[in-house]
Amino acid sequence: MESLANQAVFSSSTFRAEREADWARLEELLHRAEGGSVKRLSDEDLLELPILYRSALSALSVARATSLDMALIAYLEGLCTRAYFFVYGVRTSFGQRAMSFFAEDWPTAIRTLWRETLIAIALMLAGTLAAYLLVSNDPNWFSAIIPAELAGDRGPDATTEALRATLYDDGGESPLGVFATYLFTHNSQVSIFAFALGFAFGVPTALLMVYNGAILGAMIALFTGNGLGFELGGWLLIHGSTELFAITLAGAAGLHIGTKVMFPGMETRLAAARNAGRTAATAMIGVILMLVFAGLLEGFGRQLITDDWTRYAIAALMITVWCTYFYIPRLGNGQR
Amino acid sequence: MASASPVYSTLHEERTLITPEGVDLRLKLATAGQRAGAFLLDFMLLIVILVIFSIVVVSAGLGTLGAGSVDGIEIVAVIWLLGFFLLRNFYFIAFEIGRRSATLGKRIMGLRVVARDGGRLTADAVIARNMMREIEVFLPLSFLSGGEGVDGAIALIGLVWAGIFLFFPLFNKDRLRAGDIIAGTWVVHAPRRKLAIDLASESGEGASAFTFTDEQLDAYGEYELQTLENVLRSGNAETEENVAATIRGKIGWDWSEAEDDRAFLSAYYAALSTRLERRMLFGNRRLDKFDTGEEQG
Repeated sequence: MESLANQAVFSSSTFRAEREADWARLEELLHRAEGGSVKRLSDEDLLELPILYRSALSALSVARATSLDMALIAYLEGLCTRAYFFVYGVRTSFGQRAMSFFAEDWPTAIRTLWRETLIAIALMLAGTLAAYLLVSNDPNWFSAIIPAELAGDRGPDATTEALRATLYDDGGESPLGVFATYLFTHNSQVSIFAFALGFAFGVPTALLMVYNGAILGAMIALFTGNGLGFELGGWLLIHGSTELFAITLAGAAGLHIGTKVMFPGMETRLAAARNAGRTAATAMIGVILMLVFAGLLEGFGRQLITDDWTRYAIAALMITVWCTYFYIPRLGNGQR
Repeated sequence: MASASPVYSTLHEERTLITPEGVDLRLKLATAGQRAGAFLLDFMLLIVILVIFSIVVVSAGLGTLGAGSVDGIEIVAVIWLLGFFLLRNFYFIAFEIGRRSATLGKRIMGLRVVARDGGRLTADAVIARNMMREIEVFLPLSFLSGGEGVDGAIALIGLVWAGIFLFFPLFNKDRLRAGDIIAGTWVVHAPRRKLAIDLASESGEGASAFTFTDEQLDAYGEYELQTLENVLRSGNAETEENVAATIRGKIGWDWSEAEDDRAFLSAYYAALSTRLERRMLFGNRRLDKFDTGEEQG
């Protein structure tokens, strides 16, 4: 009789006492799962976890409606939140994600950016042209455009021979591997910067693109003035076809964010920013991979290959590979 | 009346996340202080890791120098450059892609990154929000350190401009930083809590010594109950003495000097919570001591 009477009167204390063990079990499973991989859970654990999660969730609802114990409610909210993100945060393995990145996500992201890519190319070309014309007319502009440490031996006063030497000698002062790594990290940092600056409505990114073009234009003006235009082309393009393309894409990613924040279209501004940001981030991972490649080409390829035509051939090959990979429509895409 | 009650003062920090089972998890946004604390912890940790990493790499380099090999130094330099690059750009990303969606600093502060739509946190969102740190953190830092060939005035303008991004979370109600906006994320406070003891059942054995009349229990409402809960859980003897004296005065409690303050408070808490929870079951809530129930009618 007495136990019947106790059951008839609901109290939050008995409610809690009945379920406490389940909560502790869920907590322990989550602790193990979050600490390492899912592999640390047995099959039974994995089957049990969603059930424990749902019962904790229903306990939370009951507790909110019947209990005034704030600590209990806070504990259950915390436990349910953890369990929710574990149960619904379905994650595929790293291998699968990498597969879908290379097969789908990366080229799709780059294709989404096609308009901004054209704009970034146009901005860079404008910078190149402007700097070329300025330096051709007045060589003093060279030092105004190109910082001294980047210019090195190159300058308006350098002889043709000295300039030629910069194209074919590896300088000898820094080992190739270090040089390649330095170039990769530096360029990646610049491209991440170009991406991030896109948030300021894309204006600083656009300026960065123009400035990048200007450096290029000033170099071209200097070398063509000395009759070394063709040789400079090989020197620049062997890695530049990959590197400049990557930096252009980083600029495009930044511009994409900037324009979507400014002109969200039919979406809300926040939703537009989010979609643009995620597309651009996918593109940026690709950009960094391209820059690894460019760093290798620049650090090793350019120093080891000194024949102009071979340099041009590699440049053409690389740009063809990238464009085919990014822009040729896939068979699978038409069916979806 | 409800709006005047401090019980509801945290509501503007709360964000709705309804699970597929139909329960609102009521996520709490992290405060600016927690965010800043977590970042500072991470930043200090990054510097410590970098220093240790550099010492290890350089001492390895010195070791190869003794062997007279140039290749060794080259490898060391490559490792250092790559390590620095990865640490700077991928420390945050690697941790937030993991199961707990939080860097070490965030874990210590009890924070985690959550997609604003309640869905799963994807890798591209984590990458987007952390690459933004380039203009939020590293740009202001480079202006602070003067940069190369930047004069004072320009550096100041740059610092102000960079400050806009740094203090961005303070200027919107969801405390989003620029990275959160483009990634569609926000940061919530969801610490791992231990299940605290049940105060109402703790007093079980001693409760028989105290019996309260309904009038004595009607002196207070839910807000006071929860305040009392905090007092009991923090366990500060001096506070307990003051609170016990106040309650005794208010309910006209007859007491002797020998009575233990904590035992009295526990018993009163248990009795009050039982009474209020009983009322709650019948849909008759009492928010605080000013709530007479009639005026809301």
